[in-house]
Amino acid sequence: MDRRTVFGGWLLPVLLVLPQLLLTGFFFYWPAGEAVWSSMTSQDAFGEGVRFVGWDNFAELLADPLYLESAVRTVVFCGAVSILAMGLALALAVFADREVRGRHAYRTLLIWPYAVAPAMSAVLLLFVLDPRVGLLGRWLNRMGLDWDYHLNGNQALLMVVMASAWKQVSYNFIFFLAGLQSIPRAVTEAARMDGAKGWHRFRTITVPLLAPTTFFLLVVNLVYAAFDTFGTINALTHGGPGKDTETLVLKVFRDGVVNQDIGSSSAQSVILMLGVIALTAVQFRFLGRRTET
Amino acid sequence: MKRRTLLAGSAAVTALPFAQARAAERTRIVWWHAMTAALADQITRIADEFNKSQDTVELQAVYKGGYADTMNAAIAAFRAGQAPHLVQVFEVGTGTMINAPGKVVKQVWELSKETGIALEPKNYIGAVRGYYSLPDGRMASMPFNSSTAVLWYNKDAFKKAGLDPEKPPVTWPEVVKAAQAIKAANAAAIPMTTSWPTWIQLEQFSALHNLPFATKSNGFEGLDAELVFNSKHHVTHVQRLLDMAKDGTFKYAGRDNAPDAILYSGDAGITFGSSSSRGTLVKTAKFDFGTGLLPYDPDIIKAPMNSIIGGASLWTMTAPGRTPAEYKAVAQFLQFLARPEGDALWSQNTGYVPVTFAGFELTQKQGYYDKNPGADLAVKQLARGSTTANTKGLRLGNLSEIRNIIQEELEKALQGGQTAQAALDSAVTRGNKVLRAFQKTIKA
Repeated sequence: MDRRTVFGGWLLPVLLVLPQLLLTGFFFYWPAGEAVWSSMTSQDAFGEGVRFVGWDNFAELLADPLYLESAVRTVVFCGAVSILAMGLALALAVFADREVRGRHAYRTLLIWPYAVAPAMSAVLLLFVLDPRVGLLGRWLNRMGLDWDYHLNGNQALLMVVMASAWKQVSYNFIFFLAGLQSIPRAVTEAARMDGAKGWHRFRTITVPLLAPTTFFLLVVNLVYAAFDTFGTINALTHGGPGKDTETLVLKVFRDGVVNQDIGSSSAQSVILMLGVIALTAVQFRFLGRRTET
Repeated sequence: MKRRTLLAGSAAVTALPFAQARAAERTRIVWWHAMTAALADQITRIADEFNKSQDTVELQAVYKGGYADTMNAAIAAFRAGQAPHLVQVFEVGTGTMINAPGKVVKQVWELSKETGIALEPKNYIGAVRGYYSLPDGRMASMPFNSSTAVLWYNKDAFKKAGLDPEKPPVTWPEVVKAAQAIKAANAAAIPMTTSWPTWIQLEQFSALHNLPFATKSNGFEGLDAELVFNSKHHVTHVQRLLDMAKDGTFKYAGRDNAPDAILYSGDAGITFGSSSSRGTLVKTAKFDFGTGLLPYDPDIIKAPMNSIIGGASLWTMTAPGRTPAEYKAVAQFLQFLARPEGDALWSQNTGYVPVTFAGFELTQKQGYYDKNPGADLAVKQLARGSTTANTKGLRLGNLSEIRNIIQEELEKALQGGQTAQAALDSAVTRGNKVLRAFQKTIKA
């Protein structure tokens, strides 16, 4: 069925598209263009002496072992956050999808953390996890466990991964739950009649039918972990101890805002932008194909 | 009752246009600051007093976030041609501001010369003035809120550990011994900790022992300064901290002022922290606290030098179309700030030190130090002896980044990943890279 609309002239379609084009232009192309331009300059904080340096900033970054370390760390961090957030959300969604008393209340409660601002959740977690002020932190130390994320890099990384994943579980939960509910009951019931047990049913029916949702969420989670966790990490550890929790986006902030090195910071943003473009392209290709069939 | 408030309200409404008309004739200047809570109230008080003291200038004080946010906001505003007249910039931003190219800022000496309003550097305490002056003594920014680092200790813990609660340790060997006694008697959860690890354990330590932190008089005499805080004495000190951390007498509690929470809760026997913690301690401490001078190492120096300051100063910024009348108004306000009574009141209300000699003497005369024993230690520590090239402070570009680097390397050493020497060497190498990058942008 062809649902295309044919316009008589070009004026009306242009007018209809114009607001969106303007928005995209103002809020995406213009700033992105500025970032690309800044990434090829060297300038002082006040922007008085701007000098074109070509690819220098990129070359310096790629030759900097600390930058590469940060990139590897970011990949590990994003992977850990995505797996943890999606795994937990899927488990919760499967249980909330069952017929249990008060499941509406569960569902509502599970969505709450999504509404907490990242810096807020970080401060709350500090009250819980700080080795000297926090409830759980003090208890761990009293139990003889040497818990101190100020000095233990692994503990710090574990903490920011959990804090970041916790915030994203709600979002994933909503999508997984919707995905589960869209699986036709008839299919599951047919499998049940054929004698498929719970786990087997889940593996052979639920998982494949949830694949589009899972793939979409994977991309969203990776992007979330790479970018939106800035507030959480910055408030919890400032990237420390050492550089053990410094992800790429934290480094962009530190070099650009704290350090006023606009050139290098912009170059890092451009690299991150390329990453997101690549991820989005992959998502469109795969998801597009899935929905077509 | 109701009618009266109504009447009062209508009176206020009719009075408003007149007040506005009068304000419109005045020169309006804007001051961006970074003070919160009780400190912000003091800023409001100062602005009100200034506006009432004369009828030609209307000063508006605006809170712009923390120190870093305020400085970034001012820089962004400058780029947009909308810089505030005055901005409060923290001491680590001094290197960036003083090296600002062209006509970004109007330094105090320049402002004074152009407007004919006297702003005398010699009225200011040396250690304060030096931090914000050019090498030849001309003042670049206006000293405002200044503090220094001191030793805070928990008298209750000292008593429990069998130490004299009226005698804080004076040298580092004494500090180590006291911390061991506190640990042995389990008199405090944490025997010793430090706020601002870099500022206190390296920057202040260098000044106290007359050791250079960087070449070129700590950067005062050139952008090509190189960091040198990996000397034998610095390594010995950091090694001491590492050793103390290992035997549990020193606890690293985070970067910058994060460890302050431990100071306020009384969990630490000894804390190194800002002298401006006094206000909060007086209000909230549930333990008997005492204060002492920063300890020194008798193996390095017999009589310690002055300590250096922390805090912020006020910078006059330029913008297209700004009139001489506006600059004059700014100068008038700066002159107003320097009055001894204003300086003394600010200091007593906040816990910062008086920045002028006259302000200090007035505070003394008013009996404030008699009523608050220990409050004068900070000023005395800042003003003792005469400043040398190593004790004027630091003039390094991107100092905040260098501080971050040092903290990172210290953290790695405290985790046992590297030795004191390796930590300082690596911090110096990485820090020098930051300095070179800064130098490059300034020369561009």
